[in-house]
Amino acid sequence: MGKQILLEHINKPGINTIDGYMKNGGYASVEKALKSMSPDQVVEEVKTSGLRGRGGAGFPTGMKWSFLDKKSNKPKYLVCNADESEPGTFKDRYLMERIPHLLIEGMITSSFALTANTSYIYVRGEMMYVIRILEKAIAEAYAKGFLGKNILGTGYDLDLYVHPGGGAYICGEETALLESLEGKRGNPRNKPPFPAVSGLYDSPTVVNNVETIAAVPWIINNGGASYAAIGIGKSSGTKLISACGNINKPGVYEIELGVPVEEFIYSDQYCGGIPENRELKAVVAGGSSVPILPKELILKTANGEPRLMTYESLSDGGFVSGTMLGSGGFIVFNDQACIVRNLWNFTRFYHHESCGQCSPCREGTGWMEKVLHRIEHGHGKMTDIDLLVDVAKKIEGKTICPLGEAAAWPVASAIRHFRKEFENHILHPESCSAKHLYFGTLAVH
Amino acid sequence: MAFSAERLEQIKEIKNRYPAGKHKSALLPVLHLAQADHGWLPIDVMNDVAEVLDIHPIEVYEVATFYTMFHLKPVGKYVLEICRTGPCCLVGAESLIQYLKNKLNVEEGEVTADGLFTIKPVECLASCGTGPVLQIGPDYIYKENLTEEKLDQLIESLRAKG
Ligand SMILES: Cc1cc2nc3c(=O)[nH]c(=O)nc-3n(C[C@H](O)[C@H](O)[C@H](O)COP(=O)(O)O)c2cc1C
Ligand code: SF4
Ligand code: FES
Repeated sequence: MGKQILLEHINKPGINTIDGYMKNGGYASVEKALKSMSPDQVVEEVKTSGLRGRGGAGFPTGMKWSFLDKKSNKPKYLVCNADESEPGTFKDRYLMERIPHLLIEGMITSSFALTANTSYIYVRGEMMYVIRILEKAIAEAYAKGFLGKNILGTGYDLDLYVHPGGGAYICGEETALLESLEGKRGNPRNKPPFPAVSGLYDSPTVVNNVETIAAVPWIINNGGASYAAIGIGKSSGTKLISACGNINKPGVYEIELGVPVEEFIYSDQYCGGIPENRELKAVVAGGSSVPILPKELILKTANGEPRLMTYESLSDGGFVSGTMLGSGGFIVFNDQACIVRNLWNFTRFYHHESCGQCSPCREGTGWMEKVLHRIEHGHGKMTDIDLLVDVAKKIEGKTICPLGEAAAWPVASAIRHFRKEFENHILHPESCSAKHLYFGTLAVH
Repeated sequence: MAFSAERLEQIKEIKNRYPAGKHKSALLPVLHLAQADHGWLPIDVMNDVAEVLDIHPIEVYEVATFYTMFHLKPVGKYVLEICRTGPCCLVGAESLIQYLKNKLNVEEGEVTADGLFTIKPVECLASCGTGPVLQIGPDYIYKENLTEEKLDQLIESLRAKG
C-alpha cells in the first residue's frame, strides 16, 4: 500500500470522535492556517499541491479557488458536494461515516482560505445516518472552539451546516446543487455566470467534492510541495478508488496516483482479482458516466503501454481507446456480465435522472433506453445499433449540463468496443451468457 | 397544523441556518421532517409546509414532485428502498427485487395488505461495494450485502415489530 493521506488513521480507535481525531493530529491545519497564514497563502499552498477536484472533472482546486470573486461585497460561500450518486462511487460516504472530522477540518481550513463565514455540506438525503454523524461531529467542533465566533481567538468566524438533498442524481451537478440548496428543483443553471462569481444566493461560491476538501488539511500541514511530490506529474497526491462489481475484494482503497490498473485489479492489496478465477471482460473506471473499456484497453493503452491509474494515462487515446479517472468509481465486469444489459440499466438511470430542461437530454435518454430495452429483450433490429450511436451523438455538446454527455458516452463506448455483443443480442437473443441474471428468462414486453 | 410545537421549534432552528430572507432553503429539510411524521406527503401537509416557510404552496409541490425520496401517495409503514442500478445488478440485485416482490406479493409502489410494506426500487445508494443494498425510512439505515436469507430475516423482524 502506498502513501496514505486520507485513510492513514481510519482504523484508529475513536477516530470518529473529536478526541480520538485530535489525538491523531486532527485540527492541526486549522491552528496553522488561522494563526500563521493569510487566506491567500492557503490558496497558494493548494495551488502548489496540484490537487485536482475529486468529484469527477479533475479541475485544479487551487485555480478554482483563485477564481472566487473576493472583491465582491457579497458574502462568500464554500459548499461541499456530498451528493455522491454516481453509480459505482462510494468513497465520500466511507470518509464521512468513518472519519467525519477530516471533512469538517477541511471545511474550516478551506472556508478560511476563501474568506467564507458560512459554509454548507450538501449531503444526499438518502444518507440520513451520515447526516446525523456529521451533525454530531460539527457540534463537537463548535464545543472545542473550532467553529463559531472568533475561532481560536483569531477573529475568524465560521458557521457550518449540513443540508440534506431529496433524492436526485442531478443535484450532484454543482449548479443544480446550488438550486437545490436554495430550496428549488435541481435544475442546472446556464453558465456563465460561474459559481465563483455568482453561485449560492447570487454570491461568489466554491463547490468542492468531499474528498477534495478532505485533502486540504494534509496539504496545509505538510506543504503543497510535499503533496505534489506524491503521484505522477499532473496527477499528484492520492485518490480514493471505490471498487465494485465482479472482484474478490470490493471496497474503498486509497492509492497513490500512478498504480498500474493491472496491479489494482489483481493484487491482493486492492481488488484481489476476479472471483472463481473468471476472465476480466471490461471496466468502467471512473463512475458510470465514463467510457467503458474492454480488458485489452484497460490493462494497456493502444500503444501497448501499461495503463496507470492517473488522469493522463486513463484518458490516453481519447475516447477512441481511452476513458477517464472520473470520480474513481471502478466497476469491474467478468466474462459472464452482459454489456447490453448493463448499458440498458445505465441508460434507464440517466433517463430517470434527467432534469428534463433540455430536449436532447430528456428525449434522447428516453429514446436510447427504449431502443436498448428492445435489443435486450430480443426485439432489436440491426439498424438499432447505428441509431443508438446517432442519438448519443446528437445529445453530446447540446445540453445545459454534462448529464447529457454522461448518458451519451457509455452508449457510444459500449458500441464502439462491444458491437459484436449487440449484434449477437439482436440475431441470437437466447444466446446471452448472462441470462440467469434476468429473472431466469428473457422477458417479452 | 401538520407540525407539533416541538417540530415548529426545530423548524425555526433550521430556518436560522440560512441567511435572512433565504428561508426557502429550509424546504428540503422541513419536507423530510413532515414525511417522517406523516409517512408520506398529503396535500394539506405540503400546504402547512408552505405556511411555516412563508412560501407559496406551488413552490412546495414543484419541489416535492422533483425529488424521489418524497412519497406523494400512501406507502407502507416500511418502505423498502432497494437499489436497482448497474453495479448492484452485477452482484444479484435484480433477482432479489423479484424475490422480494414474490415474497410480499406486491408490485413496486403498492402497499401490502397488512399495510406494512412498500417496495420502491431506487438508484445507486453509494453502497455498490456492499451491494445488493436497501434502506428503510424514516431512519434510512442501510442493509448491505443482501441475500434471500437476510431479506427473510428482515421481513420477519419488521413484521414482529408491526
Ligand atoms: C450529472 C452530474 C453529477 C455530478 N455528481 C457529483 C457528485 O455526486 N459529487 C461531486 O462531488 N461532484 C459531482 N459532479 C461534479 C460537480 O458538478 C462539480 O464539478 C464538483 O462537485 C466540483 O468539485 P471538485 O472540483 O472538488 O471535484 C457531478 C456532475 C454532473 C454533471
Ligand atoms: S443535460 Fe439533462 S440533466 Fe442537464 S440540464 Fe439538460 S436536461 Fe437537465
Ligand atoms: S449500484 Fe447499488 S449502491 Fe451503487
